[in-house]
Amino acid sequence: MNAALAAIVKRDLKLALRAGGGAGIGVIFFLAVVTIVPFAVGPDLPLLKRIGAAVLWIGALLASLLGLERIFAADHEDGSLDLLFLAPAPLVLTAAAKALAHWIATGLPLVVMAPVLGLMLGIDPRALAAVTATLLAGTPAVTFIGLIAGALAVTLPRSGLLVAVLVLPLAIPLLIFGVAATDAAVTNEVPFGAPFRLLCAISLFFFVLGPIAAAAALRHARE
Amino acid sequence: MRLLAENLSSMRGGRVLFQGLSFAMGAGEALMVIGPNGSGKTTLLRLIAGLLPPTAGRTALAGSEDPVSEAVHFVGYQDALKGALTVRENLAFYKSLFGGSGDAVDEALGRMGVGTLAMLPAQVLSAGQRRRAALARLLVSHRPIWLLDEPANTLDADGQTLLTRLMDEHRKRGGIVIAAAHVRLDLPAAREISLGGAA
Repeated sequence: MNAALAAIVKRDLKLALRAGGGAGIGVIFFLAVVTIVPFAVGPDLPLLKRIGAAVLWIGALLASLLGLERIFAADHEDGSLDLLFLAPAPLVLTAAAKALAHWIATGLPLVVMAPVLGLMLGIDPRALAAVTATLLAGTPAVTFIGLIAGALAVTLPRSGLLVAVLVLPLAIPLLIFGVAATDAAVTNEVPFGAPFRLLCAISLFFFVLGPIAAAAALRHARE
Repeated sequence: MRLLAENLSSMRGGRVLFQGLSFAMGAGEALMVIGPNGSGKTTLLRLIAGLLPPTAGRTALAGSEDPVSEAVHFVGYQDALKGALTVRENLAFYKSLFGGSGDAVDEALGRMGVGTLAMLPAQVLSAGQRRRAALARLLVSHRPIWLLDEPANTLDADGQTLLTRLMDEHRKRGGIVIAAAHVRLDLPAAREISLGGAA
């Protein structure tokens, strides 16, 4: 069973990194969102500094949505989803393996990029470290929420917008506590740990709920 | 290994495709499902594989609690190959996914006559070559029940001979073959289920 799950992660990573796999699209989109903000709000460095963490979170959240609608649809179209059903691994874990691979290929690069883009917004090092930590804890949860949406939309063409509409409301708590933890690290009015732990708790909740709900949605789509 | 199907019924889109279908298959047996387009051949195979829930009835392995889905190979009309991966990578993935013993990847591709294509991305293959690569899946991981949906489609004469030989060898080893096609395949002493027409 472990070999089967490892094979799924490995294959999905390879597919994401090959030409047309889409692993780089999220990073470029993230870069684009963060770059246009200073043009919109003006070269007011104190202001950019204050909203920087929020901008990074919004950019990373939107970039995380890209490609989620293909997470099961691509396998459905070429018939390999059927074969994943026949594998000697529970569907819940198969779904989790696909989410993990998707996050490594698309979410992890966003976390790595965040400190670099943060410099462009003039965020100070303390806040940079905090925002990177919160993205590391929060973006996997966005992918796992997206897993549910991807499974629900498996047979629908052009479901990108539907996925965004399904994911964003559920991702709002992550956004709130992610930015709150970063603010806490800068202002020291509340300890960083309190909102950060809540963020981790929400993430853990979605790590469990995501694959279970996605597996149920996929089973339902069979009927 | 005995595969039991009891009282299988299927309704798709408000239309009864078949009902009360029962059969039992032992080691080395073959079943040919024939019928015109849209008569429910694919549905029956998917139902046996557990990919679709039956409207009524059930399938099971006699004397075993294991799900049927982990004892079957399913080759459908889609080849389930990822175009961006090489043929070898595609097959190596299925070998690890299904686990168990079986031929080495290159050996299986060689037997299917596509050994020289192993390094090519699957998207450049012709339909017949893709079908051969998909059938190589049957060899890299041994599973007792083969469910083949129109397996000879797009295969040339040589490929069809190869397919016949594979099915023969599988049955001699005690395997079960269930094939659906609109024209009869070369399956000696196969039982037959004819769908459509009568319904």
